[in-house]
Amino acid sequence: MSTVDVSSVSGWLRSYAEAISEHAAELTELDAAIGDADHGTNMNRGMQAVVAAIDGGDFADVAALLKKAGLTMVSTVGGASGPLYGTFLLRLGGALDGASDITAEKFGAALRAGVEGVVARGKAELGDKTMYDAWVPALDAYDAAVASGADLPAALQAAAAAAARGRDETTAMVARKGRASYLGERSAGHQDPGATSTTLLLESAAAALS
Amino acid sequence: MCLMKKLINDPADVVKEALLGIEAAHQDRVRVDHENKVVYRVDAPRAGKVGLVSGGGSGHEPMHGGFVGLGMLDAACAGEVFTSPVPDQMMAATKEVDGGAGVLHIVKNYTGDVLNFEMAAELAAAEAGVEVLSVVTDDDVAVQDSLYTAGRRGVGVTVLLEKIVGAAAEEGRSLGELAELATAVNRQGRSMGMALTSCTVPSAGSPTFDLPDDEMEVGIGIHGEPGRQRLPLAPAKDVAALLVDPILGDLPYGNGDPVIAFVNGMGGTPLIELYLMFNEVCQLLDKAGITVARSLVGNYITSLEMAGCSVTLLKVDDDLLRLWDAPVNTAGLRWGA
Repeated sequence: MSTVDVSSVSGWLRSYAEAISEHAAELTELDAAIGDADHGTNMNRGMQAVVAAIDGGDFADVAALLKKAGLTMVSTVGGASGPLYGTFLLRLGGALDGASDITAEKFGAALRAGVEGVVARGKAELGDKTMYDAWVPALDAYDAAVASGADLPAALQAAAAAAARGRDETTAMVARKGRASYLGERSAGHQDPGATSTTLLLESAAAALS
Repeated sequence: MCLMKKLINDPADVVKEALLGIEAAHQDRVRVDHENKVVYRVDAPRAGKVGLVSGGGSGHEPMHGGFVGLGMLDAACAGEVFTSPVPDQMMAATKEVDGGAGVLHIVKNYTGDVLNFEMAAELAAAEAGVEVLSVVTDDDVAVQDSLYTAGRRGVGVTVLLEKIVGAAAEEGRSLGELAELATAVNRQGRSMGMALTSCTVPSAGSPTFDLPDDEMEVGIGIHGEPGRQRLPLAPAKDVAALLVDPILGDLPYGNGDPVIAFVNGMGGTPLIELYLMFNEVCQLLDKAGITVARSLVGNYITSLEMAGCSVTLLKVDDDLLRLWDAPVNTAGLRWGA
């Protein structure tokens, strides 16, 4: 029986920090091709700070932990990724505020609330070649899995796999948001770094929240 | 792949250590909050004067820290190299420079800068009750402006705008008037840049893009991001036309219109080449019947060690010229004071 609690969510964020650290060079390389060569460095700095905040904190519930993680990302990452990932975690935490017994349904609704926060800030649409192109198929796959009776780990597995497909599809897209959009047609042929780090976030969730 | 050759210690300490140097070199004009990485005018806040706050990624020096002082900015927030600062920094700066007349944020149009400044303005208003207005610069004609892109980048006009609006703030104009002036300046200016080489972000360790010896990137920004077009290397007079023509085509600069003409170095091009380019630009403007009322030539909004230049033209009237000529005393621009 899986549970979403302070311990497992801490484990998720720690494992995401490890994944970011491991893939930092790759994320920066993807960003160099169509952006400004700092996505891996910035995300790594932010997630290391999140780990330090978890180590130094005592959290009453999942909501408090996620809000702290979100504020830490906003305060340490910079660029567009800081406000976007920070807003995601803040909204995810906000949606889980006061929730006891976090079911697969509740967690899915909270993920969707987090992504709605990202869209409100970044104003991305499907096909813009952004992290949103990984989020949308992931949320849809998650909901479909839950609707057909899957538990939380299975739903997160489905979400992670769908995010990876969405990430792969960004390669062919022409960017319409962020620095990659300055390249116009030349942005096609490169995988989006934001969709890549989002896929890592969902893969970490699938591994840690099981 | 060549090794990174830079005068640095640890790539992670570049911004922190550069700020220590800025403070040591210019302590008559600025003080630095090292925890928040904000450069302040030494006498900020000034009672009754609107505070001007800008900021952005580092690696563009002297922008923005070098434009803090009398007649220009009250505070500049320094992000990591090519990375927007975070809302905490902007909030600290906003609260610190508010002299009771409100604060104007001058933001270059990049997704990260805009998002972080937006969050900071929301928080400063909610937490400290500081009245904040923002102007976003977006003068780069290399980027097609449409609803479907992040929009044009803020580049060279930002420097001219900080000078002109800084002088107007010094005169005691209100926050609303300054925001209006800043918007007008942005609307009347256009820029276009090109690169002869790429640049190396210290934490990345290798050049952001590869550019063969016989080619150039046209339509670049200021973050080592590739441009819109790669062309064979050409003589300066052809490069000048590649930069000036799209600017003239974008804004109806008419016969006899006065402009401030600004040839900016990207960081790795010597002044002799920038002056040579300025001459080429002047000849093109002369042919187009445009009067160069004032000029600025040098490295003011740079992209680390990138070689190349940008051209900015700002259409001016007597009021803008008077504000341009007003005293300024910053590390990067100084006259009349």
